[in-house]
Amino acid sequence: MHTGMEAPRGIWWKPAHKAEKMWVLIAFGWCMVLFAMMPLWHLKGAQNPSGIRYRVDPNAYARRTYEFIRTYKIGEEAGIAVVEPPPGSDVYLLGRMWAWEPVLKLHKGVAYTLHLSSVDVNHGFSLSPVNLNFQVVPGYDYGLRIVPTEVGDFRLICNEFCGIQHHMMVGRVIVVDDSAGAAGAPGGGR
Amino acid sequence: MTASTAPAPFRVCPATGLKVNGQAEALIKANAVAATIFLLIGGVAAVLVLLTRWQVVHLLPADWFYRILTVHGMSMLIFFILFFEMAVLYFASAVLLNSRVATPRLAWGAFWLMTLGAVMVEWMMWTGKADVLFTSYVPLRAHPLFYLGVILFAVGALVVVGVFFGTLVVAKRERTYEGSVPLVTFGAITAAIIAVITLGHGAAIYIPTFFWSLGWMNVDPQIYRMVWWGLGHASQQINVAAMVSIWYLLGALTVGAVVLNEKISRTAFVLYVLFISMAAAHHLLVDPGLSPAWKVWNTSYAMYLAVLASMVHGFTVPAGIEAGQRLRGLTKGVFEWLRRAPWSDPGFSALVFSVIIFGFLGGITGVTFGTEQINIIAHNTLRIPGHFHATVVGGTALAFMGITYYVIPLIFRKQVAFWPLAKIQPYLFAIGMTVFSIAMTFAGTFGVPRRHWDTTFSGAPFDVQFNPAVDLVVGIMALGGLLAAVGGGIYILVTVWSVFFGKSIAGLSGDQLRALGTGLPAGILTPPRPIPPGEPEHRGLTRGTLVLVAVFLLAFIAYYFVNWKLLSVVWKVG
Repeated sequence: MHTGMEAPRGIWWKPAHKAEKMWVLIAFGWCMVLFAMMPLWHLKGAQNPSGIRYRVDPNAYARRTYEFIRTYKIGEEAGIAVVEPPPGSDVYLLGRMWAWEPVLKLHKGVAYTLHLSSVDVNHGFSLSPVNLNFQVVPGYDYGLRIVPTEVGDFRLICNEFCGIQHHMMVGRVIVVDDSAGAAGAPGGGR
Repeated sequence: MTASTAPAPFRVCPATGLKVNGQAEALIKANAVAATIFLLIGGVAAVLVLLTRWQVVHLLPADWFYRILTVHGMSMLIFFILFFEMAVLYFASAVLLNSRVATPRLAWGAFWLMTLGAVMVEWMMWTGKADVLFTSYVPLRAHPLFYLGVILFAVGALVVVGVFFGTLVVAKRERTYEGSVPLVTFGAITAAIIAVITLGHGAAIYIPTFFWSLGWMNVDPQIYRMVWWGLGHASQQINVAAMVSIWYLLGALTVGAVVLNEKISRTAFVLYVLFISMAAAHHLLVDPGLSPAWKVWNTSYAMYLAVLASMVHGFTVPAGIEAGQRLRGLTKGVFEWLRRAPWSDPGFSALVFSVIIFGFLGGITGVTFGTEQINIIAHNTLRIPGHFHATVVGGTALAFMGITYYVIPLIFRKQVAFWPLAKIQPYLFAIGMTVFSIAMTFAGTFGVPRRHWDTTFSGAPFDVQFNPAVDLVVGIMALGGLLAAVGGGIYILVTVWSVFFGKSIAGLSGDQLRALGTGLPAGILTPPRPIPPGEPEHRGLTRGTLVLVAVFLLAFIAYYFVNWKLLSVVWKVG
């Protein structure tokens, strides 16, 4: 036998020995499991990054978002509009240097179509502390069908570098429970 | 050997018997020195970044943090690693094949072009004209010279790859070796092919972006991300192929590891070439511009065939070491071959830690986070740099460090300085990087973002509270990182001192080298004994490795499914 530094002479295309063959087969089998899990989760799982995807003009997206804000606005916080969209509706979230607009008030167990886009550079939608992350790209509308499954006061941080005040880009999402009455009124921010 | 046609002089290496061409040697030296300089720059940047992310210290202001983070990424991932890989290419072609370098003048031109490009990029970064991070996502804008510098560097690297292929042709024509190229050279060939694919993506994105920075055309942000990652991720796959080649090389040099089966190992390398560039998709899994079918197919490298390749090497490398040791008489029990290995040879310890950190930490996390849906709970959090510091630093850089302890005596023909420090260097670096990567990955599971100056979000309109464990975990990450930095510092000290002030061992015979007694790795002082000729009995030759890979597979399965469980409890999204 020779080392990997030596040039093998003659024909080296030889059958593998048992242990090596066995490991290749096991590894291949595991790779197939890894592959199968993704389509399977699309069929059976509740978390997929599919969404509705369109190209969109950033200015048109901004206009749509501000119209959405005007229609469903219920208040204001830290200079940012608070919006409570009706169940099942299209919700627009806009990333810009360096804020998320608007603050969203959602209901637990209700489905929404959450649209994400940016008017300037890339941003990162990161819902904390849930740890739900999506890329926000200018010129593209990412429409994700979401169902909040827990009540709480959540933060939206930006996790794609977007300039010097990247760390100040923090938004807010409030999720209330219908069955528990009108709890979780805005408040608690800085 | 018909080296008579070769104009450049050769010397015969007393330790390995290889014929070393003077031009090849000089090119290896130049590229290795350049690599070390950029490692130093990137390493200083690493410590500054670490001491800022550790909120207790929070060293740099925001603008300098992002600037230094850009410097860290470019210096390490592009300049250090590619310069080192250029050295590897010259070694794997000219030295291992006893050949001259095809076109030495062009090779030197390429070296200086790469240097010019790298200096331009560093200049732009340090003067604050390119605060765009490693990825420079359009429409973040840097100075045009930043993009031009990257282009020049990439063109230089591409020329070196061309010289490498030319040298293979020269060696074949001039019959400087008999049979097929060695496995290590074969692996380097795959790295070079991947480099062509990678640099092609680099040209396809940096040239339009250069024009965009001059205001001549538009670049779509999503298309930028897709093509750029054809460079950004694929360049890390050059590292994988180069690193695995070095695993085989270090195995051969330190303990005389054997190649169990050329067909299996070479086919695994070919799988890298065929599928590994698809990994650009790993960065686009939660992007708006691409369909689920595209994501699933590409992120899995066409049904995980490149993962299969790594799992094959993960078996054949330790199995080759085990078989080599057993054939030399270390046959007791399951692990005598490993217990009685040369653990005080930094080449050997670096090899073992590189395999373990790359496989267990880097590989498992990479495949898991690169799963389309699981990426939802990983994208742009600290889990991602946690993963790639295990692959690129704990895996690739550590393997490069290990081979350096052989390059210093074999190519630079110097005794390794500060030998006691050199012996513990891989241990410090490996332990530090392990702690660092695990803590970083763990912090990311709480949603702590990567590339972030201030995770206390001072001045933001709403306060953010992470899990209270985060502070502790980030503190552990900082300690691990600092330990790794000490290991990296020792590496640079040992390398620079040996090369510039070290004791020359040129012309010394094997006995005279042994008489030195220190400053040389065990693989040179007491080269592995020859193996008795003939086809050995394969039964039980790799049973220790089978135990090791079984442990690996169980860890893999556990981590993978735990992550599906974590995903299943977050908000419904589709």
